[in-house]
Amino acid sequence: MKRLTPYLLILPGGLWLVVFLVVPLIFMVSVSTQQGDVVNGFVQTFHIANYTDALGQYRTQFLRSAVYGLVGTVLAILLAYPVAYWIAFRGGARKSTYLLLVLLPFFVSFVLRTVSWKFLLADDGIVFEPLKSAGLLPADFHVLQTTTAVIGGLVYNYLPFMILPIYVALERVDPSVVEAAQDLYASRVAAFARIVLPLSLPGVFAGVLMTFVPMTSDYVNAAILGGPDNTMIGNIIQTEYLVNQDYPVGAALSFTLMAALLVGIFGYARALGTQNVLEAAAR
Amino acid sequence: MSNIQAGTGAVAAVPDLSPVPAIELDGVVKEYLARGETVQAVKGVSLGVAAGEFFSLLGPSGCGKTTTMRMIAGFEDPTRGVVRLHGRDVTDVPPNKRDVNMVFQSYALFPHMSVWENVAFGLRRKKVQDAEIRRRVGAMLEIVDLTGREKRRPREMSGGQQQRVALARALVNEPRALLLDEPLGALDLKLRQAMQLELKRIQREVGITFVYVTHDQGEALTMSDRIAVMNDGLVEQLAAPREIYERPATAFVAGFIGTSNLLSGTVERVVDGTAVLPLAGYGRILAADAACEAGATITVTVRPEKITISTEEPTGDVSAVRGTVSEVVYLGTSNSYAVGLPDGAEVTVYQQNAHDSSTTAERGDSVWLSWQPHHSYAIGS
Ligand SMILES: Nc1ncnc2c1ncn2[C@@H]1O[C@H](COP(=O)(O)OP(=O)(O)OP(=O)(O)O)[C@@H](O)[C@H]1O
Ligand SMILES: [Mg+2]
Repeated sequence: MKRLTPYLLILPGGLWLVVFLVVPLIFMVSVSTQQGDVVNGFVQTFHIANYTDALGQYRTQFLRSAVYGLVGTVLAILLAYPVAYWIAFRGGARKSTYLLLVLLPFFVSFVLRTVSWKFLLADDGIVFEPLKSAGLLPADFHVLQTTTAVIGGLVYNYLPFMILPIYVALERVDPSVVEAAQDLYASRVAAFARIVLPLSLPGVFAGVLMTFVPMTSDYVNAAILGGPDNTMIGNIIQTEYLVNQDYPVGAALSFTLMAALLVGIFGYARALGTQNVLEAAAR
Repeated sequence: MSNIQAGTGAVAAVPDLSPVPAIELDGVVKEYLARGETVQAVKGVSLGVAAGEFFSLLGPSGCGKTTTMRMIAGFEDPTRGVVRLHGRDVTDVPPNKRDVNMVFQSYALFPHMSVWENVAFGLRRKKVQDAEIRRRVGAMLEIVDLTGREKRRPREMSGGQQQRVALARALVNEPRALLLDEPLGALDLKLRQAMQLELKRIQREVGITFVYVTHDQGEALTMSDRIAVMNDGLVEQLAAPREIYERPATAFVAGFIGTSNLLSGTVERVVDGTAVLPLAGYGRILAADAACEAGATITVTVRPEKITISTEEPTGDVSAVRGTVSEVVYLGTSNSYAVGLPDGAEVTVYQQNAHDSSTTAERGDSVWLSWQPHHSYAIGS
């Protein structure tokens, strides 16, 4: 019985994953090499060309997604780190209040938040219209339907996923360790660079995982805030599935994206030295 | 007792308060604002620590020891007062520009660095040449007996080893003074005692001024050249261990340092500097060198091991007090007696078991307590 306990513990979660993740995944792998259409049905023909065609046709969107994901992630790190640092070291007794504030946007639907951005940033909306009529902005100034708007939306929507893990890592840094560094002749800057930053890297690593992946495969921000030139691979997949109902191409695109993300993440982990990252995180 | 002798043995070498103390606090006050209220953690401390001295700050929890030490290190700005290191006013100098190093109670080792990197950290910041760093770190690791463990991470080491890394990391910089905040607090008793000897040896070897914070009176008595006993943000007494133990300046010090008996009486007369305090019908107390006049009411302390217990009335110029044994506790090499006096006071007496078992008293026995006049010490308050 004792030996079985651990297995019994993972059984419910394991079953859940098998039924709702692994099974559909296998099913989708099979779909991705089929041919046909919705009306006449799809037939398994091991049509690998679904992959090569999709990749060839949508190379731009793939690249664009990667660039948006990368830029968005870097921006998120730059914005999130100071916030997390401030809450962890200067938050005092109100830390949990500040964390709640960070999480507050989650209480509003993701789509709704993005739509309200569209409303705010509209060419003649409540922000730009007064500025334009006052002559402070040129009449043709616009933010919507630009790369800036899409990346801005991505960063805005995923920022808490970067703040939280960095906060957790910083929170675990013993303040007396920082004092020890200062005691040992390190300036404030040096103490940050040599002690705080390295000790918080596991948090940054986790934050990158939690933001880069969903940012790269996001389609809501590009659909609402972007224009035709900002289409991301997520939008293509959505269109293939829901509009064109070309399930095999949609599935092939999805798996290509998944593979690309996995390769990217593993490359990143290797470059950073997983051993160190995991070790530090396990502290 | 033997451990106290060890501590005082070293006194001869020290408290030579040379004109410029290594560390000087001058009327230092530290106030914190906690929930709108001003809390005085340190209420005005002035003291000087001589170069090369092993100086202890001793006191109960919350008395301001850590705060005092953090002001010396530069982590707290005094609300008032001046901190000087070797005569230089450093009150506004940040910690990284002060030539003192601190050993933290939690060690505060850098978890992501090896032992070697930890120890080399300060020298690297000071831009010492690589060859010199290698030499000094190697030599220091040898002193703390950690050679061969250079590549370990702190968390792969035992508490005592981590403690020694923390010590090496501070000492390798050859600071003017080393500040240690309860450095042995996290260790078990056995390791603690071993490390006490080790610390003392290292201090002798490197000849650096140590300021040692502890709330363990035994530790302070055995290791220090001088002790500042703190209570509630103030220094109650600053003296060598033996003096603190045998001539406590205040009732607080007497009570805090080991067990002590406090007896009060009115001075009847002073003969050759020895005050005579008759106790209504149950004896007298003689107190040598008591700075007082006839008619004054004073409190004297006497240590339990200075008192002799006997069944016959003692003769000669000694304090002699009669009482009834209310408790006997067998302590192995000695017995501890609690003796009740007619006025309700209780006196603790330690008696060696070695010789003459005839002096053993039983519970309920009426006994005489006696001690030499110079073992009664009149205290301030
Ligand atoms: N940052 C702070 N804010 C408010 N009060 C403080 C602060 N630091 C210390 N105090 C108060 O100052 C007093 C002295 O604290 P300190 O840490 O110096 O005591 P200590 O003698 O080192 O005690 P311990 O033996 O428990 O370490 C305490 O009453 C404490 O509550
Ligand atoms: Mg303390």
